[in-house]
Amino acid sequence: MMPEVTTTPRVGISGVEHEAKLERLWESEPGLKGFLGTVDHKKIGIRYIVTAFVFLALGGVEALVMRMQLAGPNLSLLTPREYNQLFSTHGMTMIFLYASPILSGFSNYLWPLLLGSRDMAFPRLNALSYWIYLAAGIFLYSGFLTGNGPNDGWFNYVPYAERDYNPGLNQDFYALGMILLGISTTVGAANFIVTAFRTRAPGMSINRMPIMVWGTLTANVANLIVVPAVSLAFFLLWMDRNFGTHFYQPSNGGQVLLWQHLFWIYGHPWVYAIVLPAMGMVSDALPVFCRRPLVGYALVAFATVSTMILGFGVWVHHMFATGLPGLGMSFFSGASLLIILPSAISVFAWIATIWHGRPVYRTPFLFFSSVILLFVIGGVSGFMTASVPVDWQLTDTYFVVAHIHYVLIGINVFSVVGGVYFWFPKMTGRMLDEPLGKLNFWTMFIGFNLAFLPMHVTGLLGMPRRVYTYGAYGGWDTLNLITSIGSFLFALGVLLLLVNVLKSLKSGGPAGANPWDAYSLEWSVPSPPPPYNFAVIPTVVSRYPLWEDRLGEEGLRSSIERGMLLTQGKQTIGTSGVDASPDIVLQMAEDSYAPVSLAAGTSLLFVGLLLKSIPIGALGVAIATLALIAWMWPSFELREREPEHG
Amino acid sequence: MSMGLAAYPLSYLEASGTRADHILPLTRYMLGVAILVCLVIGVLLWIAVRRNRSAISSLAIREVPLVRGPDAVRWISVGLTVSAVPIVIALIWTLTALASTSGPPAHPALTLDVTGHQWWWEVRYDSTDPSQVFLTANEIHIPVGEPVLVRLHGGDVIHSFWVPKLTGKTDTIPGQVNFSWIRADRPGLYRGQCTEYCGYQHAHMSIEVVAEPRAAFEHWRIAQLAPAPAPITAEQTRGEELVQYRCGSCHQVRGTLAGALSAPDLTHVASRRTLAAGTLLNNPGNLSGWIENPQSIKPGALMPDQYLSAQELADARAYLETLR
Repeated sequence: MMPEVTTTPRVGISGVEHEAKLERLWESEPGLKGFLGTVDHKKIGIRYIVTAFVFLALGGVEALVMRMQLAGPNLSLLTPREYNQLFSTHGMTMIFLYASPILSGFSNYLWPLLLGSRDMAFPRLNALSYWIYLAAGIFLYSGFLTGNGPNDGWFNYVPYAERDYNPGLNQDFYALGMILLGISTTVGAANFIVTAFRTRAPGMSINRMPIMVWGTLTANVANLIVVPAVSLAFFLLWMDRNFGTHFYQPSNGGQVLLWQHLFWIYGHPWVYAIVLPAMGMVSDALPVFCRRPLVGYALVAFATVSTMILGFGVWVHHMFATGLPGLGMSFFSGASLLIILPSAISVFAWIATIWHGRPVYRTPFLFFSSVILLFVIGGVSGFMTASVPVDWQLTDTYFVVAHIHYVLIGINVFSVVGGVYFWFPKMTGRMLDEPLGKLNFWTMFIGFNLAFLPMHVTGLLGMPRRVYTYGAYGGWDTLNLITSIGSFLFALGVLLLLVNVLKSLKSGGPAGANPWDAYSLEWSVPSPPPPYNFAVIPTVVSRYPLWEDRLGEEGLRSSIERGMLLTQGKQTIGTSGVDASPDIVLQMAEDSYAPVSLAAGTSLLFVGLLLKSIPIGALGVAIATLALIAWMWPSFELREREPEHG
Repeated sequence: MSMGLAAYPLSYLEASGTRADHILPLTRYMLGVAILVCLVIGVLLWIAVRRNRSAISSLAIREVPLVRGPDAVRWISVGLTVSAVPIVIALIWTLTALASTSGPPAHPALTLDVTGHQWWWEVRYDSTDPSQVFLTANEIHIPVGEPVLVRLHGGDVIHSFWVPKLTGKTDTIPGQVNFSWIRADRPGLYRGQCTEYCGYQHAHMSIEVVAEPRAAFEHWRIAQLAPAPAPITAEQTRGEELVQYRCGSCHQVRGTLAGALSAPDLTHVASRRTLAAGTLLNNPGNLSGWIENPQSIKPGALMPDQYLSAQELADARAYLETLR
C-alpha cells in the first residue's frame, strides 16, 4: 500500500448534491484563467481537434493551388520557388500538424471517458503538449508566411537543406520548428502511456481496453522511441547550417545518408503512429453499427502491436535507390512485405464483423466501412513498393504519391471524419445532420477516388514526383486534369463537413447520452460530459459494459451507477497496469498558468535561436525556468508534501 | 532505326533493356496481385455490407437488436493463410530479381561516369587510354546489346539516375560512388529523368540515351573525341570570340580558350537532340531563346540571362551551330 492513501474511498450512488460538489471541484474558472490555465482533457482535446482541422484546411488549400498548377502541362501559375515551398509546406502541415495532432485530440478527449477516469494522468503536461503544438505550428507557419517556408520536402534531404544550397532562413525555421514540435509529441506520448497503464477503471484489465487505446498507446510508445532520432537529425542540420559542424557535408568528412537513416528511422514508424489510432477508431466504432462485438479482438490488439514492432524494421524501404548493399536491403524488403500480415488481420476482422453483423447505414458507418477499401488500396500499393527491384521503378513517381494519399487520407482522414460524426454528439450534445452527412461522405469518397485512383496510372506511366510542371511528352495530361477535378470535389466534401458542423452546433437534434446505442463507457455519461466525466468511478467486467445484458453474458455485470465517489478534491482512481485493480487515489492538478508559461518561454527560446538573439533566448529561458519552478513547487493538495501533522 | 520517343517515354510497364526486363515480370505480378486483392476485398465488403443490412434503417439504431454472432475468427486465419501465399512468392521473386539485377556486369563494354548537377547531367566516357576519355552532357550514346557500367557521382545535391525503359533508379549522392548498369536490347531513343528532388529545376532535368549499332556508336564516339572545329565565316569567328569570353567562365569548348567545367561541355553541343537537359529541342530558335533568356525558360537555373545584342546573338548562334 502506498503511503499517500490516507482514506479509503467511499462507494455509493451519485446524487444531485454529489454532482454539484464535483462540479465545483472540477470546473475550470471562467475568464482568462480558465482559458489559459485549463487542464480539462476535454477542452484540450477539442482545442487539438480544432487546431488540427485548421491546419488540414490550410494544407488542403495549398494542395488545391498545386493542383491548379498541375492541371495541364507547362502551366505557369506558380514559380518553381513558390511550388517547392507549397509542396513542402503541404507535406509538413498534413503529416506533422494535422495527421498526428488530430489523433492526439481525439485521444485526449476520449481516453479518460473510454477508460472510466476523470482526467489524463498528467493534466498539466497535457496542457503543455497542446500549447507547444500550437506554438510550433505558428512558428513553422510564420516561416511560410514570410517566404521562408520549408522548401526541401517534408523529408528535407541534405545536402540540399544545407546552407550552401539553401541560404535563406527556410531550413532554420523548419529545423527548429520540428524540434519544438518534438517536445510536444514527447510529453504527450509520456502522458498517454502513463494514462493507459495507470488510470483505467477498476476491472478494465488490459484485455478489455478499447482497440483505440491499444492503437494510441502503441503509437505513443513508438513516438517516445523514434522522436529523439528526428529531433537529433534536425539539431545536427541546424548546427551544420549555423556553426559549420559538417555532420552531413561529405566534402568535410560528413555523411549524406546519415540524414536519411535518422529521418526514416523516425519517419516510417511515424506513418504507423498516424494510422494505428485511426484504425483503432474503426475497430471500436464499426461494431456499434454492425450491432455485434468486434471479431477477433485479441488478434486485432496483437496486430496493432506487432505492426508497430515490425514497423521499426522497414525504414530502409525509403532508401532502396541510395546504393545500399543488396543483402542489407533484402531484409528490409522482407520486413516490408511481412508487415502486410498484421494489417490484413484488421481488414479481415472488420469485414467479418460487418458480414456477421446487421449493418445500419448511418454516416459514421459509411466512413468507417469505406476505410476498409481505401486501406486495402493503400496497402497493396505499399506491397508493390516493398520489393526492392520494383521499387527502383516505382519510387519517386506519382505512384508513391497515390500510395501515401490512400494511406493518409484513406485511413486517417476518413476515420477521423467518421469519428467526428460518431463522437460529435458526445462532445456537443447535438447530432450532426444525417442527410447532409451522407452527401458529405459521397462527395468526399467520389472526389478522393477520382483524384487519387488515376494517379496510380500517372505513376506507372512514369511521371516524377515533386515537379512544379511537366511536359506534354509524357502522356500524363488527361490524368492530371482528372486528378485536379477530383481534388476540388474532395475539397468540397470536406467543406460540407464544416457546413454540417456549423449548422448542427446551432440546430442539431439533441443527442442524449447514448444516441448510437454504443457499448463503451463514454456513452454512459451525459452529452456533453460534465467536467468530472464520471460522477462515480465505474467498475468494468467486460469489453462491452453497456451491452452486457443484451449479449447474454454470464456472471457479473459492470457497475456504472454505483462506484467510488471520490470527492476530497480533484480525485480519480489509480489502478494497476495489467489487471486494473484499484491501487491508489490520485490527486489531480488544478488549473495552472505554468504550462502555458512554460510553452511561451520555450517558444521564445526557439525564436531566440532562430534569430540568434541572446536577449530573446535568455528571456525565454527565464520565463521557462520560472514556469518550471511554479510547476514543480511541492503542493499539499497533490500529496507532494506531507501535512505538518501527518 | 526509329529515333522518336515512345508514346509513354517514362512508362515502366514496358522495357527495352536487360535490367528493366528482369524487373518487369515482377512488377506485373505485383500489380496483378494488387488489383486482384482490391477486387476480392471490394466484393467481400460489398456483400458483407448488403447481405444483412437492417431493413429498418429509418428507425433509431437502438431498435436494431444486438447479435452476439459467431466467433468468426476463421475469417482471420483463412484470410491470413491466403494472403501469405502471394507475399511469400513476392519475397522469393524479389530476392532472385535482386540477385540478377543488382550487380554491375563483370566485363562492361563501356564505362561511364555520370554526375548529377543542378540541373543537368555530366557524362564522362572512361577509358584506360586517356586519349579516349571525353566529356559530354545530357545525352548518352551506347552500343546496342552491350552492357554499360554507369558510375554515379553526386556533383552538388542528391539526384537520381533513371531511364525507365532500361534501368530503375539509383541516386547520385555526394561523397559516395553508386553503380547502375544498362544494356539496351533494341536500338532507340530512351528518355531518363532525375527523380530525387533537387531544387528549383528538378522538373527539367532529363537525360537521353541513344542506343545504336556498334558502327554508328563508334562513328559518334570518334566525332565526340575531336576538338571543336575552327570557325570559317567572319560571323562564326566573332561568335567564337564571344563564346570564349562570355560562356567560357562556366562552359568548356575543347580546342578553344573556353575551358571551365562547371556547366555542360559545349564542344559538340550542336550534335545533341535537346538543350537545357531535355527542356528544349535543339533548333536555332530554341538555341537563341535559351542563350538570351534561360531564366524565363528554366527559372532558377544557374545560367544567367545574357543581354546580348541581336548581332552578338546571331554570331554566337552561328558559331555554336558549327559545334557538331
